[in-house]
Amino acid sequence: MRYQSFTRLTVAALAAAAFVAAPAAVQAKKMKVGFVYVGPIGDHGWSYQHHQGLLAVKKAFGDKVETTHVENVPEGPDAERVTRQLAQQGHDIIFTTSFGFMNPTIKVAKQFPKVKFEHCSGFKRAKNVATYNIRYYEGRYVNGVIAGRMTKSNTVGYIASFPIPEVVRGINAAYLGAKSVNPKVKFKIVWVSTWFDPGKEADAAKALADQGADVIFQHTDSPAAMKLAEQRGISAIGQASNMKAFGPKAQLAAAVNDWGPYYVARVKAAMDGTWKSTDTWGGIGAGMLTIASVHSRIPADVRKQAEKVRADIAGGKFHPFTGPLNKQDGKPFLKAGEKAGDGLLAGMNFYVQGIEGSLPK
Amino acid sequence: MLRLEPRREPSRAMQVLTPVFAVVLTILAGLVLFAILGKDPFRAIWLIFFEPLTQTYALAELTVKATPLILIGAGLAMGFRAGVWNIGAEGQFVAGALAGGSVALALHETAGLWIMPLMCIAGMLGGMAWAAIPAFLRTRFNANEILTSLMLVYVAILLLSALVHGPLRDPEGLNFPESRLFSESMILPILIEGTRAHVGFILALLAIAVAWLFMERHLLGFQIKVQGQAPLAARFAGYSEKRIVWMCLLTSGALAGLAGTTEAAGPVGQLVPALPIGYGFTAIIVAFLGRLHPFGILLGGLLMALTYIGGEAAQIAMSLPSATTRVFQGMLLFFLLAMDVLVGSRVRWIPRTVHG
Amino acid sequence: MELVVNILLGIVIAATPLVFAAIGELVVEKSGVLNLGVEGMMIVGAIAGFSVTIESGNYLAGVISAIAAGALMALLFGFLTQTLFANQVATGLALTMFGLGLAALWGQDYSGKAAGNFPRLDLPVLSDLPLVGKLLFGQDYLVYLSILLVVGVSWFFRKTRGGLIVRAIGENHDAAHAIGYPVVLYRYLALMFGGACAGLGGAYLSVVQTPFWAEGMTAGRGWIALALVVFAAWRPGRALLGAYLFGGITILQLHSQGFGVKVEAQYLSMLPYLATIAVLVIISSDRLKVKLNAPACLTQPFRAAT
Repeated sequence: MRYQSFTRLTVAALAAAAFVAAPAAVQAKKMKVGFVYVGPIGDHGWSYQHHQGLLAVKKAFGDKVETTHVENVPEGPDAERVTRQLAQQGHDIIFTTSFGFMNPTIKVAKQFPKVKFEHCSGFKRAKNVATYNIRYYEGRYVNGVIAGRMTKSNTVGYIASFPIPEVVRGINAAYLGAKSVNPKVKFKIVWVSTWFDPGKEADAAKALADQGADVIFQHTDSPAAMKLAEQRGISAIGQASNMKAFGPKAQLAAAVNDWGPYYVARVKAAMDGTWKSTDTWGGIGAGMLTIASVHSRIPADVRKQAEKVRADIAGGKFHPFTGPLNKQDGKPFLKAGEKAGDGLLAGMNFYVQGIEGSLPK
Repeated sequence: MLRLEPRREPSRAMQVLTPVFAVVLTILAGLVLFAILGKDPFRAIWLIFFEPLTQTYALAELTVKATPLILIGAGLAMGFRAGVWNIGAEGQFVAGALAGGSVALALHETAGLWIMPLMCIAGMLGGMAWAAIPAFLRTRFNANEILTSLMLVYVAILLLSALVHGPLRDPEGLNFPESRLFSESMILPILIEGTRAHVGFILALLAIAVAWLFMERHLLGFQIKVQGQAPLAARFAGYSEKRIVWMCLLTSGALAGLAGTTEAAGPVGQLVPALPIGYGFTAIIVAFLGRLHPFGILLGGLLMALTYIGGEAAQIAMSLPSATTRVFQGMLLFFLLAMDVLVGSRVRWIPRTVHG
Repeated sequence: MELVVNILLGIVIAATPLVFAAIGELVVEKSGVLNLGVEGMMIVGAIAGFSVTIESGNYLAGVISAIAAGALMALLFGFLTQTLFANQVATGLALTMFGLGLAALWGQDYSGKAAGNFPRLDLPVLSDLPLVGKLLFGQDYLVYLSILLVVGVSWFFRKTRGGLIVRAIGENHDAAHAIGYPVVLYRYLALMFGGACAGLGGAYLSVVQTPFWAEGMTAGRGWIALALVVFAAWRPGRALLGAYLFGGITILQLHSQGFGVKVEAQYLSMLPYLATIAVLVIISSDRLKVKLNAPACLTQPFRAAT
């Protein structure tokens, strides 16, 4: 639980300190903060949320910081060049915000030992490279509870992108959440092999709705599925950002990535000279993930139940992956009462028992 | 009124001057564009076109970015001259990276100087194999290669994705979709210490030289040109159309495959799903910017790379949205293509006369 | 049974942007010009249609703007290739690059906004018929427009003098010029028609199908449309068929996953592309037929001899 002690204490405390005690800092020079985005800010999803984090940094430190962002950076050699350029131009701390930026970030970090790097969603660290990510699965579990209670057809649709651990973990968590309140629930999962193709995402949502799904989860980046749910009069769960504008009636709730507190805390740490390479995996408890816009049409008892689950997860009283739990093929995964460790979660590449369909091996 | 009159011979002077005109016009249009967007126009132009040329590192990056463009462009140009429309170099690039990369991954515990050449050969064979499909379908079933090669791009990208999510996945990579990093013998040697300029650029220069010798000095090169300009004459002369189709597709496939390998074994150093970022398509523009001539392609590739690198620099320094640099790039291409008209034509002022 | 109807409805919606873009490009290619910038024209149409719809609240205005924006992009292409004799392949690719950038720049203030539901045909009795009602009489207006366009283009090429001229120009522009047809003018018109259709196809994505704006939302559909023209062997009816086949396989592979088919998703996603190749191979084997329909002057620049 190292992450929680770190995140709960430092993120919250430092974020607060940033607002209160910032003027006392002896920083004469402006701190230069760089961000590298994989998509356009206008994707209204992944990169958009990171940019909200940048704005939070700006707001917190005003003219003490100078921020730079580069959008639409392809993963690979271009990312390395952009990151290097930021380092070269005197940025003190650089956030690289896509998994594919991992090796480029490590390479550049070697050449600039004095610059601090932060890589989102990877697993390689160095003295000057920290990693961070959000426990999206916590939000998916909570929303799974809501979905499980709200589905009338007992069929929940799930639009998935690629079978990487993060996506698989999300499917499992949502399923376990739904199953915990509705033993009859079934998940229909469609892999679209893309992170972003609004047309195809809408097609997939349509296919799921046609097959009887009345609540739709997605792990792709555009709000197309939400918009379709709105048109079809069914429900959906917002992903990464609040998609209420696209589904005022449809959106049951959204799990919103909130990078702001983390970014503010880390920039502050860099200013104070207390920055260390850490591995942060923060969830609801750390304020990095919020369950937003729980719809008023959800009955009070369901809201209450979901809120309790949310609070328990936030307070560390409950872990979404708690045994007894079997893998899809019936092999044991967790013993009764056992909680999945971060190592197990990080590499998760199997469905839990009860989910139909197969995963690539 | 203004009239364009064809020249008897392409103007040598204009061949050199038109790119300069185009750049000047782009700069002027760019000044207007950036001014409209409220950004310092002169600084933007300086950052995009000139600053990269003043730094060693940026110059080295220029070669990194231009290498795949030049390699692919050189191969495509040959086909375009013969009227063989290989639009799917991106797919052959991926197939080459997969083949070359698979060799590297299979041998990852071995070391030796022989591995790198083996990877390059595998990459070329991979690209050739992918290009052989449209060649076969065209020569055997008359299926248009524009469509088949283009469709195969999507298939190749999905295949790469499936393989790095599955069999080629790094066993120590926590199931993330990327291969393990290539070991030292499988990484292309660096040309200039402290930069990323790698031997792939030498290969690209070599490809340009060979392409030039082939097109200008070899009988088959001549046949290709005849095939493209006068297919009927080619048939009367007894040139085999099938042979030319096969040769053009295999050659461009091999070079695209080689580019895929040099990219994977160069600046990337592993197989990742995001490897294809459009070099195969951009190289088509490069081929035409270079007027399908090997030396022109070399310059075209470098110019194209400059706009990417300069565009990034401007994005960083002036927080321009990336869309702006793409619009700017589009304008440069339009001007370059439009100015080409002066090579083959002259502009004449002709007073309006009434025809009786 | 209802599921079948729903699947068919899904196919129609997935295919309609492709129908628009493909039928437009078909006319362009029939006139002997290859415009590879379909993707660029589509995306500019998508943002033009969306932004105007949002600002004016009027769908018709949005659709008309998309048409105009696509046509303007095509006009730029026409000026470069027809007046200045720039290479068509390269200019088309540059147009795509330019269009993607332009649309992104234009759309900066529009991401995160959503449009309402596009009006649908609603006939008394007919639209409420069980099963077929929704499929035949309950689509949005643009679906009917797309089919009308295909019928219209087919009629144009078969029955009208204008169609004959366009075909003649695509077949042999020198001969057409000698007879006295204004080759360049007709090509400009064909190009603008193609651009208008591509813009409409883009707007279908942003105004009807999703409906919202997101950068890069055409996601390669322009390229598929180009491929469909070749697939169709330049015959309008077959372009429609090709678009529906492509859309059909896309939708069916998504549905098959929902039913639990155990094939890896990436391989399923390859199906539409592989099927397009397979069908092309079958229909191309008849060399003569393809030759009859392929415009002989495709990509060749035309210069009037003086």
